[in-house]
Amino acid sequence: MFASAGRLAGKRLFEIRQIFAQSHPQLEARSSAFRSFSTALNYHIDSPDNNPHVTFDFTDANKERAKEILSHYPSNYKQSAVIPLLDLAQQQHGGWIPVSAMDAVAKIIEVAPIRVYEVATFYSMFNRTKVGKYHLLVCGTTPCMIRGSREIEATLLKHLGVKRNEVTKDGMFSVGEMECMGCCVNAPMITVADYSKGSEGYTYNYYEDVTPKRVIEIVEMLRKGEAPPVGTQNPLRKKSGPAGGNTTLLGEPKPPPCRDLDAC
Amino acid sequence: MGFGLRAIQASRSSSRVLSSPNPSYFRSISSTPDLQNPESAAAASSPEPPPRNPLAGARVHFRSPEDAIEVSVDGFPIKIPKGFTVLQACEVAGVDIPRFCYHSRLSIAGNCRMCLVEVEKSPKPVASCAMPALPGMKIKTNTPIAKKAREGVMEFLLMNHPLDCPICDQGGECDLQDQSMAFGSDRGRFTEMKRSVVDKNLGPLVKTVMTRCIQCTRCVRFATEVAGVQDLGMLGRGSGEEIGTYVEKLMTSELSGNVIDICPVGALTSKPFAFKARNWELKGTETIDVSDAVGSNIRIDSRGPEVMRILPRLNEDINEEWISDKTRFFYDGLKRQRLNDPMIRGPDGRFKAVSWRDALAVVAEVAHQVNPEEMVGIAGQLSDAESMMALKDFLNKMGSNNVWCEGNGMHPQADLRPSFILNTNIAGLEKADAFLLVGTQPRVEAPMVNARIRKTVLATHAKVAYIGPPTDHNYEHEHLGIGPQTLLEIAEGRHPFCSTLLAAKNPAIIIGAGIWERKDKDGIFSAVETIAKLGKVVRPDWNGLNVLLLNAAQAAALDLGLVPESANSIESAKFLYLMGADDVNLEKLPGDAFVVYQGHHGDRSIYRANVIFPASAFSEKEGTYENTEGCAQQTMPAVPTVGDARDDWKIIRSLSEVAGVRLPYDTLGAVRARIRAVAPNLLHTDEREPATVSHAIKPEFYQKISMTVFGTAVENFYMTDSISRASKIMAQCSATLSKKK
Repeated sequence: MFASAGRLAGKRLFEIRQIFAQSHPQLEARSSAFRSFSTALNYHIDSPDNNPHVTFDFTDANKERAKEILSHYPSNYKQSAVIPLLDLAQQQHGGWIPVSAMDAVAKIIEVAPIRVYEVATFYSMFNRTKVGKYHLLVCGTTPCMIRGSREIEATLLKHLGVKRNEVTKDGMFSVGEMECMGCCVNAPMITVADYSKGSEGYTYNYYEDVTPKRVIEIVEMLRKGEAPPVGTQNPLRKKSGPAGGNTTLLGEPKPPPCRDLDAC
Repeated sequence: MGFGLRAIQASRSSSRVLSSPNPSYFRSISSTPDLQNPESAAAASSPEPPPRNPLAGARVHFRSPEDAIEVSVDGFPIKIPKGFTVLQACEVAGVDIPRFCYHSRLSIAGNCRMCLVEVEKSPKPVASCAMPALPGMKIKTNTPIAKKAREGVMEFLLMNHPLDCPICDQGGECDLQDQSMAFGSDRGRFTEMKRSVVDKNLGPLVKTVMTRCIQCTRCVRFATEVAGVQDLGMLGRGSGEEIGTYVEKLMTSELSGNVIDICPVGALTSKPFAFKARNWELKGTETIDVSDAVGSNIRIDSRGPEVMRILPRLNEDINEEWISDKTRFFYDGLKRQRLNDPMIRGPDGRFKAVSWRDALAVVAEVAHQVNPEEMVGIAGQLSDAESMMALKDFLNKMGSNNVWCEGNGMHPQADLRPSFILNTNIAGLEKADAFLLVGTQPRVEAPMVNARIRKTVLATHAKVAYIGPPTDHNYEHEHLGIGPQTLLEIAEGRHPFCSTLLAAKNPAIIIGAGIWERKDKDGIFSAVETIAKLGKVVRPDWNGLNVLLLNAAQAAALDLGLVPESANSIESAKFLYLMGADDVNLEKLPGDAFVVYQGHHGDRSIYRANVIFPASAFSEKEGTYENTEGCAQQTMPAVPTVGDARDDWKIIRSLSEVAGVRLPYDTLGAVRARIRAVAPNLLHTDEREPATVSHAIKPEFYQKISMTVFGTAVENFYMTDSISRASKIMAQCSATLSKKK
């Protein structure tokens, strides 16, 4: 009896999926992987620009910064600096960390390279494959998804003519997905990691309340080298306030009633 | 409580009243002291659960009485030392907690969650492997909460585990299989697709099927902590998590085979054993390894006449529960290059198989034609004590005393036992806080001793200093120098290491047996003894002056007095009896010398032999081996001998009869009785005889020390004896793993 019930349930589930796929053909086609993983492969494949024999070295300015980062930690806990140093390497190397950069970080913090690989593969913010000068990260978590982040991503991908985690031919843009970045009140949002100016001019900006139309404008502004205004893109809103101005708390807030000291 | 139990209790209390003079007669065993006096025992009539015995391996050792805390496991009170975890407390109480990631010899990870138990007043089930037991803790392991927790964890573990048990080599000895039968649910609710993971190439020994991995990280911790090669890691996160090396890299450790044993599932299995046999078809024989001088305890799993695999046995004093890769994988050499029949080299230079009768007659005839002082016998590095005794007795009866064991050099110090064994004992090395390694690379010479040193270095930050050619030790060490120059500097007290040595409480000096091959070895040994005197290395309560032997036969040979009479006997030899000796230099042997080779493998010496006697290998005979710490152990026959081969001592016994000098023993027991007269300690198996004489009574040597640097005793870890040289797996290993150095 259980078996037949189970089969029935499975069949029903399949039907629901079919219906869903028919009503959102575009969505189903895009999330073709059954379980999508945010990161790339968890192992390294040698390529001409990414193999252990490519030399990677921090620039002189970044060597100073690395020294400064290491000074934050006790000398016997150098390995604590692994994340800031990987971040620095990523900024210097145009937004991604080749395996030789991980080896270089391992040398600085005096651990086995595998301990750095573990950290670099764990955090999805570390890119281990090439990204564009402007890495566009679309938030895909529930509030943003409800407010249309999937359309945002589809628009970006269509406009740039790439797939997710692919770089445009001119090397300018790549689109990735990031989980909740804490802007749910201004959903949907995208983040632009700007690696075009190295680690000195590196920025990581939030563009909130975006619409499919607005993200294309933002991309085009970035392409021209302009700096789109960060924060909410809804002209009616100010930061995370309500559209059209405040509706409550307009006057001076009343102070809390004083405790009746005599009652004690 | 059943009726029967009630009746027993009733009769117990009534009998106590009747036989009051002897109240302890019927008292039941219980650990709480208040229950031990008869009054309270009589008062405590409430049903108590039967006491259980601690699980195998659970040992309780209280450093001081106030260290003990009392917890209750399933309502049964037990005393455990402070610092025990809840899981260890349960083990002492005799309750087996299922676990995957927890391993008593590795650090605690706490990531499989299989060991969840209920603890009273704790809001959630706790992971017992990572939770320290606290006084008065009430642990419950068989409550509905604990059972449900295990079932839930098991369902998650099986979510991504493939259902390929029928084709999995771990099947039948798989922790996941066993525990899902014992603690899992009979069905799962998972309807999605299973995850799949790319297999990793870890070299010729370890086969990986990473889809089966349950991410317990035992192998990562083993590689990092015990083997000392930080190659494996946990990559990725969440459901995409996998074990790997990230970059293409082989596992270049001499202990890598142990990850096969500690893997609780079939993710890491033995590559040479893959699809060869099922574990329930195999017959296990508990025996001793002979590939190095450690004498690791092993179990040979055989099917019919074939050795299928070799596994470690637990011996806390020698190999703990690890074995080296050579021990584990050289078994396929036992099937290749074997000598089956007695053979005589004909006039055309080719060997011809003959009968034992003919071969023995030819040898006996030649032996009588030469002068006694021109007879030489050399025992090989795999010889057991019984056959070495027979060889020595035979040559002595023929009038010659030129008999020795290869590796011991021409002037071994056989008279004083402490001068050729590891006096500290392998387990005792854990108490040392400073090591001085002189001309030895324990990592390739004795990996299990090296694992002990590494364990000590990691646990207590003991200092290690090394004198010898550059090599990679897998622990932090100071390379003092490459030759005897440094040794003399320390002996004269003008080396910075002297302060470390003097500051150390239990210093240990380990000298490699490779030094015995040097001409100036007495000088070097006296220099080391000066250092020992300087650093108070040998005291009544601590003997830190050690020799690390290279092969299994050495210690027993020295105990039996296999010492050559003349150092130049090979140059003048007319009759050479090689008992499995393949590493002797025969270049200086006169061309007309008659060479008898008795052994199990057609190895190096066979090219010079005139007559071949086929003998049995260590897996096929009962023999006594003494390891480097002077502990005698016995091998047991696991498989029958091949062809017409015989045990070594039996061959020599028959030869003696044909030659007319019959040896007075016909059985193994009689050989051992003869050994008892020479070296009784060889019969005290599994016991360590402490050194009774000290180094102080040794005559002083003032030999000139040459300044030649120390050499490496073991060039290729994977090929050191005739069995490993015949092994295909070892050949693959030395081709892929050792070329990187």
